[in-house]
Amino acid sequence: MSKILILGEHDGRTLNPATHKCVTCAKAIADAQITVLVLGADTTAVAAQAAAIHGVHHVLRIDRPENAHPLAATFAPQIAALAPAYTHVFGPSTSFGKDLTPRVAALLGVPQVSDLMAVEGAYRFRRPIYAGNAIVTVEADPARILVATVRVASFEAAAATGGSAVVASKSTDAVLPTHTRYVGARSGSTDRPDLQTAARVVSGGRALASADNFKLLYDLADKIGAAVGASRAAVDAGYAPNEMQVGQTGKIIAPEVYMAFGISGAIQHLTGIKDARTIVAVNKDPEAPIFEVADLGLVGDLFQVVPEISRLLGG
Amino acid sequence: MKKIMVCIKRVVDYNVRVRVKPDESGVMLDGLKMSVNPFDEIALEEALRIKERGSNAEVVAVSIGVADAQQQLRTALAMGADRAILVQTDQPIEPLTAAQTFLAVVRKENPDLVLLGKQAIDDDANQTGQMLAALWDRPQATYASKLELDGAKATVTREVDAGLETIEIDLPAVVTVDLRLNEPRYVKLPDIMKAKKKPLDVVSLESLGVAPAVWLKAVKTQPPAQRQKGVMVKDVAELVDVLKNKGLI
Repeated sequence: MSKILILGEHDGRTLNPATHKCVTCAKAIADAQITVLVLGADTTAVAAQAAAIHGVHHVLRIDRPENAHPLAATFAPQIAALAPAYTHVFGPSTSFGKDLTPRVAALLGVPQVSDLMAVEGAYRFRRPIYAGNAIVTVEADPARILVATVRVASFEAAAATGGSAVVASKSTDAVLPTHTRYVGARSGSTDRPDLQTAARVVSGGRALASADNFKLLYDLADKIGAAVGASRAAVDAGYAPNEMQVGQTGKIIAPEVYMAFGISGAIQHLTGIKDARTIVAVNKDPEAPIFEVADLGLVGDLFQVVPEISRLLGG
Repeated sequence: MKKIMVCIKRVVDYNVRVRVKPDESGVMLDGLKMSVNPFDEIALEEALRIKERGSNAEVVAVSIGVADAQQQLRTALAMGADRAILVQTDQPIEPLTAAQTFLAVVRKENPDLVLLGKQAIDDDANQTGQMLAALWDRPQATYASKLELDGAKATVTREVDAGLETIEIDLPAVVTVDLRLNEPRYVKLPDIMKAKKKPLDVVSLESLGVAPAVWLKAVKTQPPAQRQKGVMVKDVAELVDVLKNKGLI
């Protein structure tokens, strides 16, 4: 039997859907017993949400004031103290998980498998390398705890209801460092859907030419209930904030439809979108590489196309 | 700030598209252009700016890899690093072994700050900095887009999924850098000439007491599934029609 500990990501109020995707990945391992661990100042609400996820057997909470913010240096020793009771420790391949899990692995003296995209066995997985230009199948030693991040774009979210896991409070005697302190955050939170979990994404590249012009995309996104993304070039140019970046070094997403406007389609960008169900590309350049992967392509000037789409959709 | 250590990885150049070997034993690397991992280049640039802002810190570039990784360390020296260390090995080095090796160098060099890229663009693992910080029992600040030093502390702005997060860390510490931290300088020809005279030490993994381990076995390497090429539509009306018919908008 595999005993899998999933590191639950949350903001204190809501469990991040990345956690539900880790559960789906864990379920792909035969005979898995799944535990979700939540750390926070008060995890009452998120622990209850974790317990309701279909397929989760146990939920552990560690509530203490030092856990108010997800600092890897603070979380890792507490997780490492619990980990020896498990065969696997999974975190999401979000900025939360990617920051945290390698620190846990190193404390345990074990390697990490990053970005699991497919499960072939309890210790055999597929993962992308070279910006997704190659897929490697790796085997880990079953004698060691398997620490991994789960590539969230590769898995559907487990149902948020139907589970009835037992919630237990835990304490550890792990010594917590004081050398790392949370100062603050600037969140670009909007009323739009979250880019990482949105069913529809409208995205812009350098061709947008200014932050002001991105309003065209925001208008279209609001009309169809989409999140807004951007290429690295657009973020580097200051047209869009960093949390909107899609690609190898930004967010890897898998929406139902991804609409790329003025994005040429560098391989580093394509790796972030190739799990999208449908890719739509609009670009002035008929030779743009984005058309190689697009399900629907239109050669045209986004400054004419985007307003026309908005007009045809009415409202 | 007396000393900054910057970790440099030799990787296939950013602009080169790698191909998988027909026998699935790995990717074809022969004859490909190799470069400094672009994120490590940003890390080095940051170290140089800290030095040039008046701290006069010594900047030590450290790499682990084949003898040819000296080329990338020479590039680092040409950019402005003061000296370089190559931990030479022909073994493939996984992140945990890299972290153990860098820790051994840290123990010798005692840097106030270790800077490296948030990930290497070959294995995309995104682990080494965090692992080094854990083994060293020191703070980590990953995905840095801004780094401000103040005596024995640093304030780091991090690019996270929700936006930006700021943390304060005590030094010494490990900082892994993201794209927006800075734009690395171009190397000038006279600097390349000068770099040839700067010290570059070559040591073995064994001399640092690190055993090269195979932590994860690569069973096979395959090309990714290709998306089917789609269709071109003639105008916006047709595009909107198709999307509506598919229930996508």
